[in-house]
Amino acid sequence: MIEITQLHKTFGKLTVLDGLDLSIKSGGIFAVLGPNGSGKTTLIKCILGMVIPQKGEIIYDNESIIRKSEYRNKINYMPQIANFPANLTVIELIEMVKNLRPKVAKEQGLISLFGIEPFLTKKLGNLSGGTKQKVNIILAFMFDSDLIILDEPTTGLDPIALIHLKQIIQEAKAAGKTILITTHIMSLVDEIADEIVFLLDGKIYFKGSVPAIKEQTGEAQLEHAIANLLRKQNV
Amino acid sequence: MFKILKYSFYDLMRSRWSYVYFAFYLALGFVLLFLNNDVNKAVITLMNIIIVLTPLIGTIFGVMYFYNSKEFTELLLAQPIKRSKIFMGQFLGVALSLALSLILGLGIPFLAYGLFQSTAIFDFGLLLVVGMFLNFIFVALAFNIALTNENKIKGFGYAILMWLFLAVIYDGAFLISLVMFDDYPLDKFSLIATMFNPIDLSRILILLKLDISALLGYTGAVFKQFFGTNLGLFTSLGVLSLWVLFPVWRINVKLRKKDF
Repeated sequence: MIEITQLHKTFGKLTVLDGLDLSIKSGGIFAVLGPNGSGKTTLIKCILGMVIPQKGEIIYDNESIIRKSEYRNKINYMPQIANFPANLTVIELIEMVKNLRPKVAKEQGLISLFGIEPFLTKKLGNLSGGTKQKVNIILAFMFDSDLIILDEPTTGLDPIALIHLKQIIQEAKAAGKTILITTHIMSLVDEIADEIVFLLDGKIYFKGSVPAIKEQTGEAQLEHAIANLLRKQNV
Repeated sequence: MFKILKYSFYDLMRSRWSYVYFAFYLALGFVLLFLNNDVNKAVITLMNIIIVLTPLIGTIFGVMYFYNSKEFTELLLAQPIKRSKIFMGQFLGVALSLALSLILGLGIPFLAYGLFQSTAIFDFGLLLVVGMFLNFIFVALAFNIALTNENKIKGFGYAILMWLFLAVIYDGAFLISLVMFDDYPLDKFSLIATMFNPIDLSRILILLKLDISALLGYTGAVFKQFFGTNLGLFTSLGVLSLWVLFPVWRINVKLRKKDF
């Protein structure tokens, strides 16, 4: 589904992606992990065309996507920080995003699932962080796309919303979608991820299933397995 | 692009600052007419204010809007829309909402005072056109600065400096050069130097239309010869258009390489 070859990206003197190769096949939940500053968000932003790599090629659905825009109609993206124009109301924002995508949206179920109805006519500037994040989730999941990218989706969510989020992620997976997720919460990864992509120094350091990483490091817990990977790197 | 424009425009039309700006012009219009008791004189005073204030407000609003809507822009960038369309939509949204505040804020008091019975209607119209040009120019310049500076504080600082330079320092340097090179013929030089500053260009364009150029001496006569004619008028409006087009073009060039 996505083929990334020799992706290079530097910001000034800082090399973030250094010849990264990654192939993601259709279907399943992929957790993109790595220490802070390892290039997770940059990688995702390259796929979305928000960051333009110096070198390398990204193929999505057999088409190069560098400097294109239409392909994004086939990707749902949930950014890390939910910050919207303060003067629009929730419903206006949802209508706007629907208006910008030539695609059918089904937001109603999601609105009631996350209990957003009372906030629909409230201005986004007056919402709490958690409620904004819920709106963010609705925007990301209301379209039917083959690829869903979630950047730290759990930030600021209450436990109930978190359960709902996991539930809709699982539903999306069951519907055959590919879900790319970055997070620092290992229990979440352990619970839902099919495959782990571990980034380090701008390269893929490990790619495989959760049992595989545990087996390779000889650790029973994912958290320790990841820590183990990092320690080995440092020695 | 028009969808983005629509939403940026709505967003701004609901922000408190658009109304403050509108109310300011409204109050200014009424106060000037009340104090001057004459549309013609009010237009002259108004010119002095518009020439300095619209660029300042355009610069500040442009920079502020750009930085404040960073996350929103990221949301838009994830949609299937071209970058240039997103930013052109936002640019037009800011510039048009400011232009609307200007036109309505000044238009209402002057209409109420009986602008249509006055001879100053053409001057007033020109004033609004120039005000709109300045608005578009400085919002575009502000977007340019914000686009090249990740750091908010720096961007804000540069934007204010740019305004200060064009509104005040440029004039000072220009005047000093006129005094220093007093012995040389300076009419061509000053004519060209004027073109390189949209604020100066606007000021002189209006001053000469208001027919108070007798105050300006010999160079004033040369200016009058140039700006007073239709050729001069259209050339200056053309140059003002270039002042809009060039920054807009640069925004589009910068966008192609920009990382968000």
